[in-house]
Amino acid sequence: MKHTLSVLLRNKPGALSHVTGLFSGRCFNIESLCVAETIDPEVSCLTLVTRGKEGVIEQAIKQLHKLIDVIKVTDLNEKDFVEREMVLIRVKADASSRAEVLRIIDIFRGKVVDVSANSYTVEVTGSESKIKAVIDILKPIGIKEIIRTGTVAMARAPKSK
Amino acid sequence: MSKITGSQAIIQCLKEEGVDLVFGYPGGAVIELYDELCKTDIKHVLVRHEQGAVHAADGFARATGKVGVSILTSGPGATNGVTAIATAYCDSIPLVVLTGQVPRALIGNDAFQEVDIVGITRPCTKHNYLVNDPEQLVPTLREAFYLAASGRPGPVLVDLPKDVIGSLITYPKKEQPKMQTYQPNVEPHPGQVEKACKACLNAKKPVLYVGGGVILANGSKELTQFARKLNIPVTMTLMGLGAFPGTDPLSLGMLGMHGTYAANMAVAKSDLLIAVGSRFDDRVTGKLEAFAPNAEIIHIDIDPTSISKNVDVDIPIVADCKQALQAMNSWFESHNAFDADTFAAGNQPWVDRVLEWDKKHPLCYHEEGDIIKPQFVIEKINELTGGDAIITTEVGQNQMWTAQFYKFNHPRRLLTSGGLGTMGYGLPAAIGAQFAFPDKPVFDIAGDGSIQMNIQELATAKQYNMPVKVAILNNQYLGMVRQWQELFYNRHYASTVMDHAPDFVELAKAYGAVGLRAKIKSEVEPVIKEALSTNNVVVMDFSVSREEGVFPMVPAGKPTTEMLLV
Ligand SMILES: Cc1ncc(C[n+]2csc(CCOP(=O)(O)OP(=O)(O)O)c2C)c(N)n1
Ligand SMILES: [Mg+2]
Repeated sequence: MKHTLSVLLRNKPGALSHVTGLFSGRCFNIESLCVAETIDPEVSCLTLVTRGKEGVIEQAIKQLHKLIDVIKVTDLNEKDFVEREMVLIRVKADASSRAEVLRIIDIFRGKVVDVSANSYTVEVTGSESKIKAVIDILKPIGIKEIIRTGTVAMARAPKSK
Repeated sequence: MSKITGSQAIIQCLKEEGVDLVFGYPGGAVIELYDELCKTDIKHVLVRHEQGAVHAADGFARATGKVGVSILTSGPGATNGVTAIATAYCDSIPLVVLTGQVPRALIGNDAFQEVDIVGITRPCTKHNYLVNDPEQLVPTLREAFYLAASGRPGPVLVDLPKDVIGSLITYPKKEQPKMQTYQPNVEPHPGQVEKACKACLNAKKPVLYVGGGVILANGSKELTQFARKLNIPVTMTLMGLGAFPGTDPLSLGMLGMHGTYAANMAVAKSDLLIAVGSRFDDRVTGKLEAFAPNAEIIHIDIDPTSISKNVDVDIPIVADCKQALQAMNSWFESHNAFDADTFAAGNQPWVDRVLEWDKKHPLCYHEEGDIIKPQFVIEKINELTGGDAIITTEVGQNQMWTAQFYKFNHPRRLLTSGGLGTMGYGLPAAIGAQFAFPDKPVFDIAGDGSIQMNIQELATAKQYNMPVKVAILNNQYLGMVRQWQELFYNRHYASTVMDHAPDFVELAKAYGAVGLRAKIKSEVEPVIKEALSTNNVVVMDFSVSREEGVFPMVPAGKPTTEMLLV
């Protein structure tokens, strides 16, 4: 099953490689990984998407806890959470397809961030399924290049009464 | 405040940590550190190969419970230490390994003798550091010692760029390292302790399955009290041997692949398995589904990742083994409804049944006239040292026979590479242990193959007058591999015949040690006696029956009840 893990770790050289080494050393695959500083510059937050049997995930979480530089590990699957991913897509946009691309991007609330004679580079943000949908629709028009950020995720705030 | 050099700070910090002995090998990157070190009263032992330095520090650590320290130079010095670091990691041995590194400005430039040792050792250290900021040197070393020794112990490597060692710094005042992200849980949860104790009360067929964690936690006394009071049979892993007295009637010896018949049967038939400081390793469990199939399982371990890793546990207790056993002992003491004698008597039928198994198939071997049986050599060493020597082993049959036939009555007497199974461990580890206990007999029980992996350390032993005794069970084979080939590969002895060894007796002499040989059974005892009365390094070459096997044996992946017997 797919799990989205949120890991807080000390923001220092080598800390990230301990995390990735833990996964590769156990032949666990990382589907996506996104890291950046938190509001406290000494702490980074890492969102990691992985897939595996429950026992394997449980072991991975325990092993993450054991890393000296790891502060906190949350398995977001145990909670309600929001997830977003951003994608940059360079899509063919010549006279015949330009309008079509713009229409599609508009539907997905994306925007054009770069233009050339025969292509648009568009930015779309959303859940994994939305990203997949926009890619599927643009594919027949002609995608030249794609860059995805991988998922970032956050647990939802507790509902106030 | 006045400034001191990085070297001086390292030495001051080592002293602060109570270190008076280090094992190492110099080189360009650590030359300044050596310059300073050898002016102080910290004793430095110059080994002959860096693997030996780290194994020796490891042997010292296992024998004493203190943190072992070694110093290696950059590049090949550091990589030579890797096997030994991994050895310590697999057995959770507290070490601090200091490696030299090229100056900071050259890191990443493929400089002379540069390797990314922090990258290389990431998966085989508990943690590692590259000291980038001279002011962090001392705080990092303090963290390294704290990490190595606390929680589940392990080796910690600190990589020291040459210019950091040479820089001027202010020595920070002594303080306990504060590590927000590292707080091992040492105290047992009282609710879990109570559950575990109640499970013991309800069990009809309990077995204690004890691992090296009990020794690391110095919990032998508590364990022994617990087992005896409740009258519960005890089986130990290779790493656990000595945690409970091997000659106690409740001791079933080792379990698992080369465990005793009684131990494996007892576990298979038990209704409560109390795992303490052990980790359900595949060499212990055999086929997982058939391991203790009817038992409720209590698992005490300091490392949460060990719990329910291989086997689902019913009652986990994440804690220091000593504290958990203490808590269980006090629970029974304060629990009014519990009468120890009645309870112990209640367990007696089960204990009798277990002892019956032991009588049916005890550890044994067949005599063959004059031929020296390797097991006989171990029995004789056991007898002549009163079961109280420090014994290191190499890896292979020699190691398993030692585990089976030497009766370890005390913890920290058997020093052996369990998790990694590193041939070449025994001799340097014996030297490290002998430094800690200069007056105790220290034996390396060796194979003719393994001993050749670090035999150069005879020179170290000789140089420092560490009178270790090497007993080579010479079968002219890589015996353990040969045994598998005999049993599972049609006796095709592919690359396991070792009939081109040096003359070990002459070799010993070349090193200035004493060489002794025994070719027939009657020579065994006189040779061991002579070794014991010699205040020099001794190498004993026992020509043993060549194709002897280690039995019982559970073929890999089979249920542990399916043992091949003698
Ligand atoms: C460094 C290393 N290389 C290879 C092995 C694989 N191995 C395990 S036991 C063994 C044979 C050891 O032979 P010897 O030291 O003569 O011991 P014996 O089994 O004959 O007692 C080998 C090669 C190992 N454990 N360690
Ligand atoms: Mg051999």
